[in-house]
Amino acid sequence: MEQSSEGLLTAYRKMRMIRDFEDRMHIEFANGGVPGFVHLYAGQEASAVGVCANLAEGDVLLNTHRAHGPAIARGADIFAVAKEIYCRDGGLCRGRGGSAHLHDVASGLWGANSGVGSGVALGCGAALAARNAGAGSIAVALAGDGAANQGVVSEAMNMASIWKLPLVIMFENNGYAEATGADYATAGKDIYKRAAAFDMPGTVVDGHDYFAVYDAVNEAVRRARAGEGPSLIEAKQRRYYGHFEGDAQTYRPKGEVEEYRKNKDCLKRFRRKVIAENLLREVQLDAIDQEIRKLIDEVYAQAKAAPFPDDGELMDYIYASNS
Amino acid sequence: MSKKTYRQAVNEAILQEMRRDSSVILIGEDVAGGAGGGGEDDAWGGPMAVTKGLLGEFGANRVIDTPISEAGYMGMAIGAAASGQRPVADLMFNDFVGVCFDQVVNQAAKYRYMYGGQDKIPLTIRTMIGAGLSISAQHSQCLYPVFSYFAGLKVVVPSGPYDAKGLLASAIRDDDPVIFCEHKLLYEMVEEVPDEPYLIPFGEANFVREGGDVTIVALSRMVHIALEAAKILAKEGIECDIIDPRTTTPLDVETILESVEETGRLVIVDEAGPRCGMASDIASVVAEEGFSSLEAPIIKVTPPHVPIPAAPNLESLYIPNAGRVVAAARKVMAKAQG
Repeated sequence: MEQSSEGLLTAYRKMRMIRDFEDRMHIEFANGGVPGFVHLYAGQEASAVGVCANLAEGDVLLNTHRAHGPAIARGADIFAVAKEIYCRDGGLCRGRGGSAHLHDVASGLWGANSGVGSGVALGCGAALAARNAGAGSIAVALAGDGAANQGVVSEAMNMASIWKLPLVIMFENNGYAEATGADYATAGKDIYKRAAAFDMPGTVVDGHDYFAVYDAVNEAVRRARAGEGPSLIEAKQRRYYGHFEGDAQTYRPKGEVEEYRKNKDCLKRFRRKVIAENLLREVQLDAIDQEIRKLIDEVYAQAKAAPFPDDGELMDYIYASNS
Repeated sequence: MSKKTYRQAVNEAILQEMRRDSSVILIGEDVAGGAGGGGEDDAWGGPMAVTKGLLGEFGANRVIDTPISEAGYMGMAIGAAASGQRPVADLMFNDFVGVCFDQVVNQAAKYRYMYGGQDKIPLTIRTMIGAGLSISAQHSQCLYPVFSYFAGLKVVVPSGPYDAKGLLASAIRDDDPVIFCEHKLLYEMVEEVPDEPYLIPFGEANFVREGGDVTIVALSRMVHIALEAAKILAKEGIECDIIDPRTTTPLDVETILESVEETGRLVIVDEAGPRCGMASDIASVVAEEGFSSLEAPIIKVTPPHVPIPAAPNLESLYIPNAGRVVAAARKVMAKAQG
């Protein structure tokens, strides 16, 4: 599938933003000052960015607890993303949600969710509403390999299929549900094969290959918009950091991350391909790298300087109507 | 105005709200009650026939029979609510919240707060409560105290047809998740109910009976048990105030405290359990905020702390009855006089 050079620049910029944002978060967390649990997305950038490159205004992306990458990919304001992770006023959720609950209705980003797998069921609702509205919008639910084994996910896949909902279910299989290996916990090992049981197309792609993710999602999104029903994609990938920050990762084989960083890294592969095929010039990519370095410095400086929510706001936002 | 059963009142509220607002949709197991069965598509209208007839007027896009997937369709209903639909999700028996607890208490209840007020979740969950049909421990509980624990949910426990219709219309029009608890033994109860739509606000208790000697707070079907007891007590010269809170979130504490201030005695009748239930919750509020008015210890009349048995003799021992309420009222009167 051919993509415009503008689209490719945007994709590269977002992947670079996520990588630099997460690498910096890793350092900031270690230094203290980042509240709560933080799950980093570094390594998996091609997955969320490849998905979001296919989405339009009005579409809904349902995020997971590994939330920073998909939030940035979907176009949420990176300053508000950082402030939310720091639980500050001016964060996406005004400091109520934190890292694992990044949510920005305005940019079509829903529910980074600590209820693993719930996004697929909520996505059925977004898809049902989209179908009722008739404007051709769709929903894409991200889920991890761990979520694949949640009952609610099987229920949602079944419902999406019997009602032909405009939903794409994207399993980001990063090899580990917390510390438990996906191959150990997943019967049949391949999540995409479960699609057949629910009578929907299932495809598997290399989640570190932006172009492969883009193409697979493009077809699934086309189907959904055309009213042909849901699709399942499994994007195999690895995260570069632990389940959460502070995880010693003793469950991972020695050298795994180094191997992925060296030979499978999505940014390196993207660069090589677009330069080799004359789609973009190296100088353009270098300029983005520089621009993002500066941006990330500003983002973190602003987030750390932002005030916490006002004490007087503890009880705000529980109910929408005071009946 | 005409005589209607509780079942008809609920059905009419849904019907009128669906006519009024095209974003109101029904989602649940057998809400149509025959989809794909080869017979009539609306054969059932729910196992108690409460939603019977709605499919014919509104069609399968608005009256959606789901697979047996409570977690899945509850999540879907929440997602649809966040998208601007106004779903009425049917959780047939409230006991089944066990399989969709995460959706109800971690998704619906927290959606607005945790995301900083970006969303409204105008979701109504209709569900049946209550013992009395010999259907044992997994179909007979009163779990509204559990729902009331969670900030972000509103909880409604209508005790009769008039309240059921007005409160359900309010629930469907409300912009927050509301759990609407229908007592399955009340479906045949008949009352004068207006034909036109009307709203009963949440958080306003119904002062069912004025007496002045003892305050009885009773919920859902227990309101009728309290009324039965009050008749017996009146013959002994004990006149009861009976207060039906109608909603447990928000809870009309003020009305309860005002009555206790006058009577100095409180009996709470609740079909939910004795531990962490509405009776203990209301007792704690009155102990904290109305202690100086009390002339006798508060008495809770609840089932014992036990799963609900099927055997009719054991089940009737489980459910609070008028005799127990009478005994409790006599006891607080004796304490007050002694």
